[in-house]
Parts: sequence; structure tokens; C-alpha cells
Amino acid sequence: MHTVIEAPINAISTNKDASQVVVAGRNVFRVFSIEDDAFVERCNLRVGKNLNLNFSAADVTWNPVEDHLLASAATNGAVVTWNLNKPSRSKQELVFNEHKRTVNRVCFHSTEANLLLSGSQDGFMKLFDLRKKEVNCTFSGQSESVRDVQFCPHHYFQFAAAYENGNLQLWDLRRPDKWEKMFTAHSGPAFTLDWHPDDKNWIASAGRDRSIKIWEISHKPRLLHTVQTIASVARVKWRPSRKYHISSCSLLVDHNVNVWDIRRPYIPFASFEEHRDVVTGIMWKNDPYVFLSGSKDCTVYQHMFKDAVRPADRANPIGIDTNVNGDLGLAFSDKLLVAGKSQTGSSMLPHFFRSKGPDRSEQFTMASSSAVIFESVDKSTGLEWFIECATRYQLSGKSVEDLCDHNAAVAGSLNKHQVAQTWRILKLLYGGNTATPCPPRTVSVIGSPAVGEAHKAESEKVNLKQQLDGHLVQDHNRSTHTDGENKDTGDTSTAVSEDESDAESSLSLTNIASGQVNQQGDFFFGDGELETFDYPVTMANMDSMQDWTLPTEAIPLRHEIQDRLDSPDPLQNATDSPSSANESEFSSQAFGNAENATPMYNLQAIPFASQNPPWEFSHLVCDMLEYFAEQGDVQTSVSVLIILGNKMKTPVEDQKQEQWFMAYLELLTRFRLWGIANEVIKLSSHRAVASLNQQSTTVHTNCNKCFKPLTRAGWLCDRCKALTSTCSICHLPVKGLFAWCQGCSHGGHLEHLREWLMTHKHCPTGCGHICEYT
Amino acid sequence: MRQNMKERGLKIPRRVGRGPSRFIPENEIVPVDTDDEETQMLFVDAFLQNNRLEHIVQVMGYHPKYLDSFLKTQQYILRGDGPLPYDYRHYIAIMASARHQCSYLINLHKTEFLLCGGEETWLKGLDHIPQKLRDLYEIIKILAHRPWLISKNHIEKLTRGNDNWSLAEVMHALIIIAHFHAMCSFVYGCGIHPEIDEENGHTFRPSSSSDSEDNHSSSNSHSGSPTSTDAAAGIEALMERMKQLNETGEEPTQEEMLARFQKVESQSLELEAGKSQLSPKASILCYVEDPSFGYEDFAMRGAVQEIPTFRAQDFSWEDQGYSLANRLYSDIGTLLDDKFNTAYNLTYFTMGPNTDVDTSSFRRAIWNYIHCMYGIRHDDYNYGEVNHLLERYLKSYVKTVTCYPERVSKKDYDNFMRGFKHSEKVHVNLMLLEAKMQAELLYSLRALTRYMT
Repeated sequence: MHTVIEAPINAISTNKDASQVVVAGRNVFRVFSIEDDAFVERCNLRVGKNLNLNFSAADVTWNPVEDHLLASAATNGAVVTWNLNKPSRSKQELVFNEHKRTVNRVCFHSTEANLLLSGSQDGFMKLFDLRKKEVNCTFSGQSESVRDVQFCPHHYFQFAAAYENGNLQLWDLRRPDKWEKMFTAHSGPAFTLDWHPDDKNWIASAGRDRSIKIWEISHKPRLLHTVQTIASVARVKWRPSRKYHISSCSLLVDHNVNVWDIRRPYIPFASFEEHRDVVTGIMWKNDPYVFLSGSKDCTVYQHMFKDAVRPADRANPIGIDTNVNGDLGLAFSDKLLVAGKSQTGSSMLPHFFRSKGPDRSEQFTMASSSAVIFESVDKSTGLEWFIECATRYQLSGKSVEDLCDHNAAVAGSLNKHQVAQTWRILKLLYGGNTATPCPPRTVSVIGSPAVGEAHKAESEKVNLKQQLDGHLVQDHNRSTHTDGENKDTGDTSTAVSEDESDAESSLSLTNIASGQVNQQGDFFFGDGELETFDYPVTMANMDSMQDWTLPTEAIPLRHEIQDRLDSPDPLQNATDSPSSANESEFSSQAFGNAENATPMYNLQAIPFASQNPPWEFSHLVCDMLEYFAEQGDVQTSVSVLIILGNKMKTPVEDQKQEQWFMAYLELLTRFRLWGIANEVIKLSSHRAVASLNQQSTTVHTNCNKCFKPLTRAGWLCDRCKALTSTCSICHLPVKGLFAWCQGCSHGGHLEHLREWLMTHKHCPTGCGHICEYT
Repeated sequence: MRQNMKERGLKIPRRVGRGPSRFIPENEIVPVDTDDEETQMLFVDAFLQNNRLEHIVQVMGYHPKYLDSFLKTQQYILRGDGPLPYDYRHYIAIMASARHQCSYLINLHKTEFLLCGGEETWLKGLDHIPQKLRDLYEIIKILAHRPWLISKNHIEKLTRGNDNWSLAEVMHALIIIAHFHAMCSFVYGCGIHPEIDEENGHTFRPSSSSDSEDNHSSSNSHSGSPTSTDAAAGIEALMERMKQLNETGEEPTQEEMLARFQKVESQSLELEAGKSQLSPKASILCYVEDPSFGYEDFAMRGAVQEIPTFRAQDFSWEDQGYSLANRLYSDIGTLLDDKFNTAYNLTYFTMGPNTDVDTSSFRRAIWNYIHCMYGIRHDDYNYGEVNHLLERYLKSYVKTVTCYPERVSKKDYDNFMRGFKHSEKVHVNLMLLEAKMQAELLYSLRALTRYMT
């Protein structure tokens, strides 16, 4: 139920029995009565010949005792009271021009109808007596502007005030000279406060620091709960007869009214999303299920609690993360556990614990969740190769050729032959002196026997290729097997025996060819043909892999990888059962897979022919890098990018490059390879990446006397006004290198100490220590 | 070394003008090796930040408390963590300063721009910069002269399409723009001399003519020293009026208040003494588009209906402005808040030779007068006070510095607030800087909020 008004609303207030509501703003001041299904306008207070600023309100309040009395705070600093029983058209009664600045809040005493309190920007609070029509009392908090004042509903004399500097003050009406208690509640202005309707000692405050805080104020003010919101909080209001519920609205950005359970401060218990602009006022209708809200979007809504959106229901009930060791953490709501029980109980559950939330009263559903950590069985699954490569790769300082050679060797030594070959290809492509215009001398291809078969009908040239194809598949079979062996289980012979006979038959040729490959580092092809074959070749290769990998399931680590290629089924299983062990294997596959899958790829990358000089290969290199990245091996992509630099004629898209770099850097930092990460950043030609290590580069040292950080200069402490590190020989501050004996902690200029130690053994300060420098 | 060069017959560059400011004699500026420890520290800081002690900083040295937060903010928006790349930041600074033809700031940031690895071709002018930066120009132009024209459509234009601006970037850019527009006012308002390494900062001419000129001008400025009796009388009168203000009990009616606001607003029209517009130099013109676009009095704006008065109560810096700024560009809200508050609350309880004066009403009048010129109205302020407290010369100075900073002359500077100390005049300029910056930010942040809702 809502009604639209012609102007933005600054505040709303309801009368005693919540049957009427007053709506006030800069250009609006009306009273509505709340009927069953509509708001009916009762009275427009903004009437008269000269509508001055006294008619535009920043705040409005309805007298809780007398039903015909209203008070408003005008933006010009006036406090105005209104009498609805006045017979004339204009209901304006009294105008107090006591404040010098804007009045931020007016508040009637909860039982005494004639007492009105105002809080203003000028830092004063004034208590008006409506019978005497004058100011009874002035309170000065002596700490900046007053943003909110509220009478305590439980205690006749008490009221609280919130200040722009974040302080909260508690006052006694009988003591106008000094506050009773004061404490700092917020950093930055506190905008609002609200007394708890039932618990005498609770008070809620909120402010610009985007938090709602609940205080216990019986003795020394104590912070009970903090709710973090996403934007500055404009107003808070306790929900009646629900001890732990509080409603809030934001100053900007967030247009919802949120109701929080203060014991669960992360997600609102309920939120109401009707408004299109920021909400400026909330009034509960003496009923925990109904409230009114007014907003800058010119509407007043009556909200029923059953219409609320429950953000918690929309929250993702499962959280998952992996660490570098391939362990997997999983947290999920217990509701899901019941449903998916059949799938739990895998053998890989070393840790299992359950955390229960505290009991929730009322309609709060019991929220409990479980957290599970799966550890991968085989610790060596890890990514040693990744670390090794990262540390041993050389990225700069030599010619491209040398770097490629070196990196190829590194990759090779780690059994990553595909990567190694890539490096060798790159060396050839970009190495510079490729001035060998030999006729179709070199032909080598990676492929599969299946391909060979497919093209047998073709010319002789292709024939040769087939054989070589055979070899290379063999080659890569071998490489995978070796991997398997390393890992402990591999039974190579089975695999080989299961292999297609074609492959075996070409074995001998292969060996020869492989010799060629190694010595010449060349790959070849009759001509550009392969480009046209690319697709079928890959496909065929995949098929062949399936064929031979199926029987090797006994090898635990490898078989999963091939499972994946095999058919989508195992994959499906893995995703279906979030709690089953498959998951962890899955994650370790990502890397293994990349490793294993590279050979297929080479098919695409390799095609080039030396007798065809103007052949443009750089887009193929691009494709190749993209392929590696797709497979999860950003390491190779990034390393190649760095080494080639601007030699690539068709550069990879900027955004993509950035993604790769970021991914690689994240991996490096996960493995704590900070040094290498920094080297990568430094060598990157990408602007965004290169500027990464340009930020926050200052490291402050601490003063050796007061232990405060030295913010200005490394040799002078602002606090103790003393030089922090003087040379023990010349007694001047050391501004560069400071050599320092770890035994007696004396030191000084490097040069001075060096000279000193030529002739002396003892510490120059005379402390008697025999200094040791290495 | 200097001697050596002279012997070899090389020309030695010599400073044009003495001291950092044309208006303030050198011997009254805070010296670089000041005894005041706090100021000294800040100068050291500034030197470490900028690798030079800029003249601006030296002039601000009168007010170390403010200088502190000024340096922190400037350091943060230009060199701290932020969404914009460093070269963009300096280029935006150049574009913003060019709107007010402030060659001093332009030259400073040209150097900085190159030091940050900016592309040299960009410095050739607006035709050589990426489209993304060019898109920003419309906002720079509007904010410099008629900030009330900025609307959510401008923001929308920036954030849509290819190669668009993110909201955080817009926020950062807006703050840099507002900062440098306001800085231009300060530079002109205090007559800051170019740095020695700048184009006009040194000369190879033998000294003589310029020296005498300098002497002339400095002696001139002494005529405005506190000794002259009419000046002292001026202060007395002002203080008397401030006292009256506190005593008068009768409250003006609301209509009168509104009328007063409009009066102040329209009165400022008359102040525009027929000063001719200077034609900007070509070196600056390359960063300027539509150079004829200038300040137009808010009271004279064409569509009065469409652009209502900005109500400070409905969108204030402390509430909405701060929250939004901090949201999009973390920490900036706190820094700016600190800077605004220091400038607004700064007082030494002095007025010329008198001490123990509550200057708050005077300061508030200046602050609100500047906002008034940009059409920002504080509901709780009686604009009659502006006319009451600010004499004509002061108003005309404030208006010129705020709206047409490039037209300020030494005469204007000498004429306003006669009898006040230089430090107090600089204080007025600081308030001018901050009030102008806040006004621009209020308009642009409101546009941003409207775009986001």
C-alpha cells in the first residue's frame, strides 16, 4: 500500500495509535490517515499566502500524548509547532527562532505533552515548554553539531544525543550544565540513535562509518553488537516486541529498508525493496509486522512483514575453495546435507567438523552449517613442476635463442616435453638466423596413427608424415607414461600393448625421426598443408588417446585425466556430488590436464615450413599461447609473452594479456614466490601490470628509541627529535647503507666500518664486543 | 660554479620578480628556513613530495595547520593509490588549469606529466589525446565556470559506451578537476610567481629595469600597511558591525531572507567592473576548447525554472558528499573533510592588529558568499550578513578571484581588507579555494548520486 506525493519526503511520523501519519519535506507537509487499503489525506499543513521556510521541515514528530500536536524542525533553524485542532486553515501555532543553524531533530517527551526537545547544527539542544511558549533549558554538548536527540522512554529525566563528531551523550534534564555520560560511538558523524523499546539499558546508534552499534549503557557504556551496512546509515528504529531486531535505512546508494537481527550482522534478516530513492523515515505501527516508510522518491509505503525479501534465502549456501596443495575446503548448509547424504562418506575425509549456530528464537530458522576439508591423498600431486619452472626459467638478460634453449632444457628436465618443444619452436621462429632456405628437407609432425590412416590415400609426402605422426604420438605416450612411473604406479607395458598396432609398426621410424628432432630441433611439413588438417588431426588424436587410455585405469593419477577426455560421465559425477572425493581429484586435474593435453596442441602450433619465407606465423603463436592459457598453463603463456616482448607481430589482446599476467602472478604469490612475481611484473610490457609494483612502495622503518614509524625520513624521528641511526665512527646520520653488527647492534657507514675493521677487531663504540661481519 | 659560468660568458638565468608572490613583499613571506618548527617540517615534506618547494606552498606557509592537510590531500590525489593512471591525473590537472589560463600550474604539471612517463605528443594539445580524456572535457569546462549546469546526463555519457569511465575513475577525475580549478583561484588570488625553471620564471636580461619595477611594486604594497589610518578605521568598523550582528535580537521575516539571498545574488552582478578579458596565450589555448565559455552570474542563468537554487540542506558535503566520495574512492572523503574543516574553522582570533576577535561570522559570510555565487543556498543563513560584513572591495575581489581568477590585479589585492595582514589575506584566499572546491564538488557529486539512483 502506498501513496505518491508531489515532493521528496524528509521525515514521517505517526500519532499515538498509528492511525495517522504526517509527511514532511521541503515542499510538502501533509497529514494522512491510514485506512485499510489506502492513505487518505486529512489535512495539508502547507497552506497560506507566504509559504516560507518554516513550512519546509527537516524533521517532524507527533506528540505521543496529545493527538492534535505536531512539531517540525525547519531547515532555517526554526522549531515550529502545529495544532490540528485549530479552527483556521493554517494550523501553525508557535515558531521558535532560537537556533542559529539548521535544526536536525525534534523530539517530544514520551509522557509529558508539553516538553519538546530540539537538537541543532549549532551544537545546542533546547528544551521548549509549550505552555510557557519559551525555552526552558539549553544544553550544550560542547562537541560540534547535534544530529539526533531522543528522550528515553523508560526514564522520565533522561535523554540521549548523537553528535557530528561521533560522540553519544546521555543527559539528565535536571542537570543542564553537563552531560551524564559521554562516549565515542562512531568514527565520523553519528546520524541517528534509538532507545530500545523494552530493554532500558540498550541504545542503538548509527552513522557515516557504515555501522549500526548497540550499546549497553547501565554502567560504563559497552558495545554489544555491531552491524556493518553497505552505506552510511540515516535512521535506525527498533522493531517493536522483537528484542533483537532493528530496522535501518541508508543515506544514499541503498534504497532498501533493512531489518537486521543484531546477532547475525552480516545479512539483513529482511529487506523491503519498494522504494526507488533513499528512505528517509521509518515508523513501526505498534505492531511488529507493519511499518511505514517515507522516501525521497516522493512515496509513502506501508510495508507488511510478509512481503519482505529474505536476503539470507538467496545467499549461496555453499562455499568452496582450494589451496595450492590441491586440498579442498567446502562449507555448506546442513539443509543440503540431508538431501545429498547418500553421496558423502568418501574415504577421503580426514577432517570433518560441524559448527552449530546459536539457537535462534522466533521465526529464525535454525542455521547450521558444516565445513569439510578434503586433503588430496597423494601429496606429490602438487605442482612441483610449476614451482621448478617458475624458479628456473630465465626471462631476460640473454638473447631470445639462449633463453628459449634454457627454458626448453628446464621444461624438458621436468618431463614437460611439450612445453620444451614449444620453446624450441619459438627459438626457431624468433631466434633470428634462420637463413637456411633448404628445400623440403625437414618434415616432422605430431599426430596420431589415426590421422595417418585417414590420409593414406594421399601423396607420398604425406606418407612420410604418417610415420612421423606415429612416432610423435608414441613419443607423447611415452612421456605420459614416464610421468606415471615417476608418480609411482605406471605400468607402461600395458599401455603400450593396448596401443594401436599402427603406432607400433611405425615405432622404428619414429626413433629415427626423434633423433632428427632432437638434433635439428626442427619440425616440418611438406608445406602449409597441415593448417588444413588441423582440425581432424586433433580430433583423431583425441580418439586415439581415448583408445589407449581406457585400459590404464589402474593408474590412479593418470586415469582421472583421461576420464575427462573419455566421456563427460565421470565429470558429471564429480559435479553431482559436492561432498565426494572426486572433487579434489578434479582440482588437481586442472594442472595435470594442461600438462597432458599439450601434445594435442602442438599440432596446431607447429605447422610451418622453412621453404616458405614470407609465411606469417605470429597469429599461430598467438593461438598457441591462448591454447596454453585455456588449458590452465598460464605459466608458459606468460613466460613466452615476456621473452618475445614486442617481437610478436600480432600481439595478443591487451585484456587477455592482463588476465594471464594476473592469473600467473596470483599463482606465484600463492606459492610465495614473491621475487619471481616481482620479476614478472617488472618485465611485463603491459601497462597495468607493470604499474602493479609501483604502488605503495614505501616501507617505513621504526625509530629505535620510541618504536614509532619514521614517516618522513629514515634517519630522523619526529617524535623524539633525534637522529635514529648515527654512524658509530663519524657520528653522522647514515642515509644510505647501514652496516650493523648483529652481536652488539652497533654499526655505521659501510665504508667507515670497513676501514675500521682493517685495523681493529673490537666494536668502534668501545662496547667491547668483537664484531663479526661477513 | 656560478662564477665559473660568468667567466665563460654564459648567460645566467635570473629570477623574474622577487619571492614567491607578486602581491606580497618577499620579506613578509614565511622564509624557507623559518624558525617555526611545524612549518619547517611541512616545507621539508613538501620538498620531498614535489622535489621542490613550490611558491604556492611557501605562501601557504602562513597557515601550517591548513598546509598540512592540503599537502596530504594533494599528495593522495596525485600520487597515492587511486583508480586513474598517473599520467592521466596530471593531464587532467593541466586541462583543468588551462580553463583558467593558469600557466603556472600548467607548467608544473607538464613536467610532472612527463616524469610519470606520459606521452609527449599529448602535450601538443587536446587533438592528440585519447578519446577517453577528451570526453571529460565537457565536464571540466562546465565545472570551471557554471557548475550548476552539470547533470546526470554528463556522467552517463562518460560511463557508457566503449572505453568508458568507471564510476571510481569519474570520482577521482572530478576531485582532481575541482582541486585544480580552486588552485587556479589561489594562484591568481595571491599573485604567485612562476617557478624559476618555468618559461617566464627567469630572464637572461641584466637586472635593472625589473628590479626597479619590483621595488616600485613592493613600496606600493606598503601603502596598504596597517599604519594608514583609514585602514584601521575600516577594521574598527567591521568589528563594530560584527558586534552589532550579535546583539540585534529582531529576526527578519522569511520573505526578507529570501529577498536578501536574491539581492546578494544579483548584487554581485554589479561588481563586475568592466575588465576586459585577456586573450589567452597560444601555449595554453591548445588545452582549451570553446574558450569563450565563461562564468555567467547564477542570477542571470537562462532557465531559472530548470535550475533551481541548490539547497545545502538537501545535499551536504558532511552527509551525502562525504559518503559518496569515500565509497567510490576510499579515504578521499576523510582527507577532504579534514581540509574543508580546517579551512572553515581556521582562526587566530585576530583582525589586523586586534587580537581576541571572534571572526566566525566574518568567515562564514565569506564562505557563504562564494557558495551564493554558485547558487548554493544555506537555509539557515541570513544573507543580510553578507552585505553587512563584506565591504564592496572585498566582495569584488572575492568574486573576481572565484569566477575570473585570471583577471585579478595587484590593485584588487591591495584594495581589499585594507589594514589586514598578508597572512589574513592569504587566509581569505584559502577559504576561497576550499569554498569553491566544495561548491564544484557538491554539484558534481549530486549529479553522480542522481546518476546512480
